[in-house]
Amino acid sequence: MSKLFTGAEIVFKCLEDQGVDFIFGYPGGAVLPIYDELKNHSSIKHILVRHEQGAGHAAEGYARSSGKPGVVLVTSGPGATNVVTALTDAYMDSVPLVCISGQVPTHLIGTDAFQECDTTGITRPCTKHNWLVKDIKDLSKTLHEAFRVATTGRPGPVLVDIPKDIQFAKISYSKPKPVKKLNGKSINHFSQRDIDELIDLMNKSKRPIIYSGGGVINSGPEASDVLRELVQLTGFPITSTLQGLGAYPGDDNQFLGMLGMHGTYEANNAMHDCDLLINIGARFDDRITGKIDEFSPKSKKVHIDIDPSSINKIIKVDLSLVGDVKDVLKGINKTLKKKNFNFNKSNKHQISKWWEQIQKWRTKNSLHFNNSDETIKPQHAVQRLYELTKHKDTFVTTEVGQHQMWAAQHYKFNKPNRWMTSGGLGTMGYGLPAAVGVQIAHPKKLVIDIAGEASVLMTMQEMSTAVQYNLPIKIFILNNQYMGMVRQWQELLHEKNYSESYSEALPDFIKLAEAYGCKGIKAETPIELDEKIKEMVQFDGPVIFDCRVDPNENCFPMIPSGKPHNQMILGPSEKEENKITGKGKALV
Amino acid sequence: MANPKSAYSVSTKKEKSDTHIIVVWVDNEAGVLARVVGLFSGRGYNIESLAVAEVDAKRNISRITIVTTGSPQVIDQIKLQLKKLVPVHKVADFNRNDKSVIFKEMALFKIVGNTNKIKKAINACKKYNAVILDRTKKSNVIQITALRREIDKMSKNLKKFGLVSVSRTGAVAMTRGDKIFN
Repeated sequence: MSKLFTGAEIVFKCLEDQGVDFIFGYPGGAVLPIYDELKNHSSIKHILVRHEQGAGHAAEGYARSSGKPGVVLVTSGPGATNVVTALTDAYMDSVPLVCISGQVPTHLIGTDAFQECDTTGITRPCTKHNWLVKDIKDLSKTLHEAFRVATTGRPGPVLVDIPKDIQFAKISYSKPKPVKKLNGKSINHFSQRDIDELIDLMNKSKRPIIYSGGGVINSGPEASDVLRELVQLTGFPITSTLQGLGAYPGDDNQFLGMLGMHGTYEANNAMHDCDLLINIGARFDDRITGKIDEFSPKSKKVHIDIDPSSINKIIKVDLSLVGDVKDVLKGINKTLKKKNFNFNKSNKHQISKWWEQIQKWRTKNSLHFNNSDETIKPQHAVQRLYELTKHKDTFVTTEVGQHQMWAAQHYKFNKPNRWMTSGGLGTMGYGLPAAVGVQIAHPKKLVIDIAGEASVLMTMQEMSTAVQYNLPIKIFILNNQYMGMVRQWQELLHEKNYSESYSEALPDFIKLAEAYGCKGIKAETPIELDEKIKEMVQFDGPVIFDCRVDPNENCFPMIPSGKPHNQMILGPSEKEENKITGKGKALV
Repeated sequence: MANPKSAYSVSTKKEKSDTHIIVVWVDNEAGVLARVVGLFSGRGYNIESLAVAEVDAKRNISRITIVTTGSPQVIDQIKLQLKKLVPVHKVADFNRNDKSVIFKEMALFKIVGNTNKIKKAINACKKYNAVILDRTKKSNVIQITALRREIDKMSKNLKKFGLVSVSRTGAVAMTRGDKIFN
């Protein structure tokens, strides 16, 4: 008879067979057997966080920067409910997470036992799938299935809820069999005919644009390579969503910058006026489209996505190619090279007028801001940070708000997986724990969380984690003493009634850093900024950088709610004539 | 019908809504109905009626029949979102006006009254495959199988004959002829 293992041992056997190196977690009564087993598995390192939300975001940072699934281990009840924000965040942004939660013993389920909650019920809408393991016989199968679901197709979070008695129960273990497809949900559903049709559209187009998204990042680094090849082969302009930044080099001339609500003037106008729009791995999010009825009215639309339910969800498209971005783009490039040898030259001529128009839009210099000698402008701070760190292979995470948009606008990414931000859910407090996870995955690299002072306080406790594991993350706080984006919307939409958006009673971030046992740096004037940033970068250990910036700066350009792409507010001077009225005011 | 699109997009175009019958084959496991129903409520889709039962005990497959209304775009979304659920095997969709598909609902009517009224009630039910399930001097329980709108009509019309209680199922569907869903 084969050897018997406890449920807790089987959890680790599965993690080992899945090649897991790190788990982010927090112990508690209902996962004690699993924690007890930790000591016997030296290949798996546990990172102890300070709050389960931090574990989730850290696992997200780990997953996004490494391409491997992030693993989270939490206890029942509050452990599980605390991780819900991170699971939802991962669901919205398609990040592969496997969350293992403890549960009260099976005979107590449903009795309102201590630290009991309906974990699978609570997490059902914020995971790709979840399981409650009620029989030890199902445990290993379920765990391997969980990894498969999290990482295949459009990635996302899953949760496996394991009652305590199952963790103690014993059974034999066998390695997983090679995976077979589940319910016939295969991934690629495009044909050569679709590719030929796309190339025909590309041949005819006079005003094309490529709009790429997070799907390119999720498809792996190779997808970014083939995307670059496609852009080079076609000579088409390319813009990117917030999540797609880094898939195409941010400093390349064919790149128009980010599009959408705080995207560049040239990117948004090109989206509006184009005659061919090729969406690669993006989902026509409302931050991107603006007013649906007036979204890119003159274009043929093509959508490449791995998720069939993304097609025609928001915007009806003329041609869809359902599949892994990498595979689709490879097919396109291959056909382009084989069939249309002269495509490159002839098409460049055909779209030269389009490029002239784009250059005209570029002269608006929509990311311009009025710099100052006295106060640090937040945009200037991000630009200096970029200039002083671009020679390194830097990883950037952010919180959510103005600083996030300034980071997206002014920090140029040249490689995929270097930019981790909460886009779909917009979770304040994401960046610091995400930086912890990124640093775990890339211990030698420079990891910076570009933060806001309000966001970062939501998960500040994770500085302890950074100190405990000696993770030299740099928390670069653009401190404007406001929930900046809230203040901006109140200024634009609510007659400057800054209701509850002022950050009252802020801590002294230097002292806070020292209290955590890390380094605090403060910059108050533009003159000292560069020196202080260098000091931060050179310091070997975690740093909290309190960058005091102009509290009244707004994030421009901006598409006001309820307006189409070609009606952007470029800066403060334009605000008055482009006032948000009527229905637009009610929108988010 | 809630608008499933974002609040950013106040659409000025109103698409025509149609009634559809969505048939879903799922693994019969704990929570599977909650997943399907939760998807509808979470995304603001509408459920007019619902019928669910295991149809294949050996393979452990349940068949869920959902009647819903929505624009073609919404109906497409419902199908595609359902197909993403892990326990879902296949999804079929029929327009309610599709002549090649049989739709049936069942209803139980309890009639309390004198013999004359009960007789009239039974007569009225006759064209809908009426079956008398229970009979006393003062009451009758009648089972009918019919279309939704026919049952709606009957539950209204039978009131004058002493209808005191109605219990009805959701619609179930099957294709005519030798064709099966695939």
